[in-house]
Amino acid sequence: MKLTRRSFAFGASAAIAMPHVARAQTLTDSAGRSVTVPARVSRVFPAGPPAAITHYTLQPRTLLGWPRANRGPELVYLDPEVGTRPELGRLTGRGNTTNLEVLLQLKPDFILDIGSTARTFAETADRVQAQTGIPYALLDGRFGAIPESYRLHGQLTGEQARAEELARYCEDVVRTCRSRVATVPQERRPRVYYARGPRGLDTGLGGSINIETIEFMGAVNVAGQTRGGLATVSVEQVLTWDPEVIITIDQDFAANVRSDPSWASVKAVRERRVHLSPKMPFGWVDFPPSVNRVPGLWWLGKLLYPNLFPEDLNTITREFHTRFYHRTPTDAQIAFVLEGRG
Amino acid sequence: MSEAAAPAPAGTGAVRFVSGLGLATLLLLAGIMLAFSVGRFPVSLADLGLALWSRLVGQPSGLAPAAEAVIFNIRGPRVIAAILCGAALAVAGAAFQGLFRNPLVSPDILGASSGAALGAVIGIYFSLGIFGIQGLAFAGGLLAVALVYLIGSAVRSGDAVLVLVLTGVVIGSLLGAGVGLMKYLADPYNQLPAMTFWLLGSLSGTDRSDLLPLFGPVLAGTLVLFALRWRMNVMSLPEEEARSLGLATGRLRIAIVAAATLVTAASVAAAGVIGWVGLIVPHLARFIVGPDFGRLIPTAAIMGGGYLLLIDTLARSAAQVEIPLGILTAVIGTPFFIWLLVNARKSWT
Repeated sequence: MKLTRRSFAFGASAAIAMPHVARAQTLTDSAGRSVTVPARVSRVFPAGPPAAITHYTLQPRTLLGWPRANRGPELVYLDPEVGTRPELGRLTGRGNTTNLEVLLQLKPDFILDIGSTARTFAETADRVQAQTGIPYALLDGRFGAIPESYRLHGQLTGEQARAEELARYCEDVVRTCRSRVATVPQERRPRVYYARGPRGLDTGLGGSINIETIEFMGAVNVAGQTRGGLATVSVEQVLTWDPEVIITIDQDFAANVRSDPSWASVKAVRERRVHLSPKMPFGWVDFPPSVNRVPGLWWLGKLLYPNLFPEDLNTITREFHTRFYHRTPTDAQIAFVLEGRG
Repeated sequence: MSEAAAPAPAGTGAVRFVSGLGLATLLLLAGIMLAFSVGRFPVSLADLGLALWSRLVGQPSGLAPAAEAVIFNIRGPRVIAAILCGAALAVAGAAFQGLFRNPLVSPDILGASSGAALGAVIGIYFSLGIFGIQGLAFAGGLLAVALVYLIGSAVRSGDAVLVLVLTGVVIGSLLGAGVGLMKYLADPYNQLPAMTFWLLGSLSGTDRSDLLPLFGPVLAGTLVLFALRWRMNVMSLPEEEARSLGLATGRLRIAIVAAATLVTAASVAAAGVIGWVGLIVPHLARFIVGPDFGRLIPTAAIMGGGYLLLIDTLARSAAQVEIPLGILTAVIGTPFFIWLLVNARKSWT
């Protein structure tokens, strides 16, 4: 048969397009939107950090890039080839930094967004999908929804078996921690102040996503009487609360608070219970709000209830990194993580 | 302007000044007592007296260490910082309003606040410590005004003062765009909230180490402005009249702008962007003691200190969570500003 340009073009396009059309599947995402994705996915665009991290843990080879390029210390803990993929910007949330035309050029099979499924974000997803013609899947990013979102994520990417394994792992950790914490009577639960910012005076109010895991671990958030997101408080207010434990993500604050006379009389400072949360390659306590917070449950458990959590954090860290981040860290790298450096 | 050129008879003016200044000082002292006795941590005025007395005689006060920490490390420095920032903004506002002969001018007219804001958000973007952030804010404020002044004086057409103000507006909005860019690029989980909080203004983290970097520039700038009080009176005249009286308006303008910018930048570096104080307080002071700068500067300083102290006391004691100063001053300042707009012509001339 003579190969004309026309028949070649037809054949090639059929070969490329037909499997997609034939083997597309339609799923319902967490926001109740129906999304049609190809059965074989090879390019996934993450809309924000939680999507990028979760997708990296599930199916790294199809991750197109990162909302922000990973820095040197983070790269140590990631697969060298995937970790260095390019910076793509954010698509939703607080401000779009991705150009939609660049997005089109990347030809993703679908856009993955993990976070709030509130109307604002569902409608943004609809709009981007209509504008670009690229399927946009929005998954529930709440901490308690991680296993369910993994399973849906597995269906979207054809990675059901691995998604099930990761979902089970998270469920086990959550179940273990919940049952141990449930044995602690209310009056024995430590009163915790969560400190952010170089002065340690920004904190998460009751129900804020920033202290979701701290509250999950049964700690009493001293700022929890006021509901809301992040807010600034005064040192006086912290002295009045007199928390037993301070958990912080800020290295400057953690380094200075022990010698700061203003904080000297706070119980947590006197009793040396100020803890700097691990953050490599992604934060263990506050952000990004994704699966990276799962090992943080063990870490919080150990410092809140030392007797109830005898497990060795080194082992847990090594296992989690190997299973989720595709890389087994050395002992020195694990020590670096657990010291909260980075 | 006629009042500046031909002040009211010395006798009545002096009485007005002494009584006005006395009243402002009394209000400030009352404000200090109030500020010390309210707060989230229970410390009474008696505790304060006891703590001060025991420091004086060098004996232990018997107070809980936490109460001592509140007095000497937390509430005390914060009260002093609020007074210094309020005084700085009011003095700078009075100086700029006189220099530009316009009642609607505030200390950030030449870009000091936007420059400081850009410096601070750059510091937050690069995850610097408190010292770095405040240092960059201070430097940013000074550099912004220097830039405005250089460009403004290079333009040799039209009214020099008008050119300067226009340059300030233009550079200010450019710096504002820079702040917007840094917020856009910032990490939305960590840096963006920090920037937002900083830009709203707060004294919540003030401690003793913040006082010297604030006190030094504020004192120096205020003293320079006070020393220039007679020349500033002449400066309030139209430029030709001032020149005809033998004043080197160019050099004097540099000195006034530099001194007022120094105090503004120090204040913004310590407390973030707090609007309205530098706009409103000079007016109140002018109503009470008249436009003579020798009287206006000390009165505005004391009133500004008292005003911001009251606002900050409200900000830190009204709720468990701090209320940003910029929001409180705006809520209180807006009705006043509208009233001012309606009455501007009457009050100025």
